Amino acid sequence: MIAALTQLLVMQLLGEVVAHWLALPVPGPVLGMLFLFVALVLRGGPDAELQATSGNLLQHLSLLFVPAGVGIMVHLHRVADEWLPLLLSLLISTAATLVVTALVMKLFMRAPATSGDTP
Amino acid sequence: MTPPINEIWVYLSASPLLGLTITLLAYQAAFWLYRRSGMNPLANPVLIAVTILVLFLTLTATSYETYFAGAQFVHFLLGPATVALAIPLYTQFRRVRSLLLPVLAGLVAGSLTAALSAIAVARLFGASLPTQLSLAPKSVTTPIAMGIAERIGGIPSLTAVLVIVTGILGAVGARYIFDAMQIRDPAIRGFAIGVAAHGIGTARAFQISEQAGAFAALAMGLNGALTALLLPLVLGWLG
Repeated sequence: MIAALTQLLVMQLLGEVVAHWLALPVPGPVLGMLFLFVALVLRGGPDAELQATSGNLLQHLSLLFVPAGVGIMVHLHRVADEWLPLLLSLLISTAATLVVTALVMKLFMRAPATSGDTP
Repeated sequence: MTPPINEIWVYLSASPLLGLTITLLAYQAAFWLYRRSGMNPLANPVLIAVTILVLFLTLTATSYETYFAGAQFVHFLLGPATVALAIPLYTQFRRVRSLLLPVLAGLVAGSLTAALSAIAVARLFGASLPTQLSLAPKSVTTPIAMGIAERIGGIPSLTAVLVIVTGILGAVGARYIFDAMQIRDPAIRGFAIGVAAHGIGTARAFQISEQAGAFAALAMGLNGALTALLLPLVLGWLG
């Protein structure tokens, strides 16, 4: 687990360094994901330890958003002032994004869809 | 002689242990409920855990700052978890490569829809300009979204909250929308949820299937990069 965690952190660190160095608009962890992906292609896949550790981390990805979500406490007054436009904007725009993305992808897809589990 | 309970509380509330522990406890409780509901999207674990924590902190008059001193250890793991998304992406790479054109077309269409429809609806219903601009990057993962908000004149900390709410809405609503549209392909469902609802949508997709999760992770990364590049330009053209 420690070796895998170290690999992930090294990739993140590399990502941060490159993002700041080249003043890229992409955050370090996203670049780190790209670097690890390239490393996996070069290496022909993750070792069992990396596979297991990232599986554990990703299975509870939703936990990691909880501290930032609790931050809504700080903005309750601002949210209360403009709650109607905020709520309508988030609802309509999120639904529209799901619909448009899925429709456009389907339109560009010629092969018949495979069946599988559904999110 | 044992110290009175309020002295123990004063000691605990000043230490990061409490913020960290209640975050994990609230999430365990939320995840238990989510499981019990048969992974029903309406029982979203982020939503339930955040509600429990906000109630607890409000009742005990604990500030978010104090709470975050402990919760930051969980928050920090978002970085390595984002890096770890490379692994499912690698596993699913053959399918991703075979769908390159639909993926890119869906990305551009979804990215523009997310930002422009958020601004348009907020403007229509009379939101202030800083609020409209804070809403624009709402479908992008938190660190990128805050950077974009700062650059275009929004309020970064407000954006962070709107991003989380968007993620929860997307994770809760996606199944009903896709079912109504009769879209079953896990690649499309995963990718669309990743474009619309970033990491929280991705988390939901992973709890269901690895393929949907990999496409959601891909969408989250690509949409973050594209929105960061495109949104300042598009807003410049629109004035």
